[in-house]
Amino acid sequence: MCTVCGCSEGETTIEGAAHSHAHDHEHSHDHAHSHEEHEHHHHDAKTHDYGQGPAHAHAPGLSQSRMVQIEQDILGKNNAYANENRSYFAEHGILALNLVSSPGSGKTTLLTKSLTDLQDELLLSVIEGDQQTANDADRIRETGVKALQINTGKGCHLDAHMVGHAMEPLAPEDKSVLFIENVGNLVCPAAFDLGEAHKVAILSVTEGEDKPLKYPDMFFAADLMILNKIDLLPYLDFDVEKCMAYARRVNPTIKIIQVSATTGEGMEAWYQWIKATHQLAMIGYQPKLEEVAKAKAA
Amino acid sequence: MHEMSLCEGVLTVLEDSAKTQGFKKVKKVWLEIGVLSGVEHEAMLFSYEVVVRGSVADGSTLEIIELPAQAWCMQCMNEVVITGRGEPCPSCDSYQLQISSGDELRIKEMEVE
Repeated sequence: MCTVCGCSEGETTIEGAAHSHAHDHEHSHDHAHSHEEHEHHHHDAKTHDYGQGPAHAHAPGLSQSRMVQIEQDILGKNNAYANENRSYFAEHGILALNLVSSPGSGKTTLLTKSLTDLQDELLLSVIEGDQQTANDADRIRETGVKALQINTGKGCHLDAHMVGHAMEPLAPEDKSVLFIENVGNLVCPAAFDLGEAHKVAILSVTEGEDKPLKYPDMFFAADLMILNKIDLLPYLDFDVEKCMAYARRVNPTIKIIQVSATTGEGMEAWYQWIKATHQLAMIGYQPKLEEVAKAKAA
Repeated sequence: MHEMSLCEGVLTVLEDSAKTQGFKKVKKVWLEIGVLSGVEHEAMLFSYEVVVRGSVADGSTLEIIELPAQAWCMQCMNEVVITGRGEPCPSCDSYQLQISSGDELRIKEMEVE
């Protein structure tokens, strides 16, 4: 990770973001090491002899080795970026939804269908996360909704910093809904807060009904589960009741909607959910004074 | 493999504290990782070695302290220890659990010189 602003080296590319800086940090290794001269301090040592050198408590300058208590969250940096994104969204009345699923669950099809149906009622924009290609962003743009592709390269998830950098080129409108389509992966994106209002997990009935148990972290982190491709149920041996019970086992408060993005069945419930959460996201939104003046003049 | 990103996060903290605390070398790092954090220990150890290469923590060892997960069982009205999400209460088999800890991902301390 680059220490200038914390972005991962090289691999990540954000469309339209002219964000680059040289990654040529030099590391010099000319300091002397003398490991043999002192005893290493072990946590499980039976005797703690503080007279020999390294210890928890020490006088500066007396010992070479010392213990430093850090007590810092490993995800602290990501969470700080996520909080920045969250305040940005709140300030602008934007509802941000983080869509997560395995590859092939029909996430992009569900999204293009939703955008087509909702774009007359709501202001919309999309961040597309994939390891490679801009195919999905192209599919989204065909609906007429603006989209920005983020390629994570070798990365298996989007992080809050990438999303933060996407805000400027994408420029989602105030009071809009921002869909963030994460990299197809039910493991890693669970740990990374992007500053979104809700994670939405999409599961298709062509997958195993026990997926909520196999990937509990993701279904625990999600507030809504969309069970997709239900038009295929007659041809499959998929137990819907069991799947829903498994999801509630890991997350008793999860909401579940059954849809088919191809036939449109159940999509109305999903749209109602978006509109209701969008209303919630706009509570506390205050338009900037100059915009109010502009609206009055018009 | 988000362990790689997590290790990069660890390294950032180490490099930041090297600057603020004025040390040149990290010898050992202790992480506290909860059983529900979704982290594979082997992957973490492997990634760490790769990520710290050529840095202030080059050649340092990583020790992982696993923290248990605790939950409040609404049936037993008691604090219980669980080993994973979606698992029942070990004493009454109920799934009505409120998980209170176990997702920690923390750098506890380090040995430096």
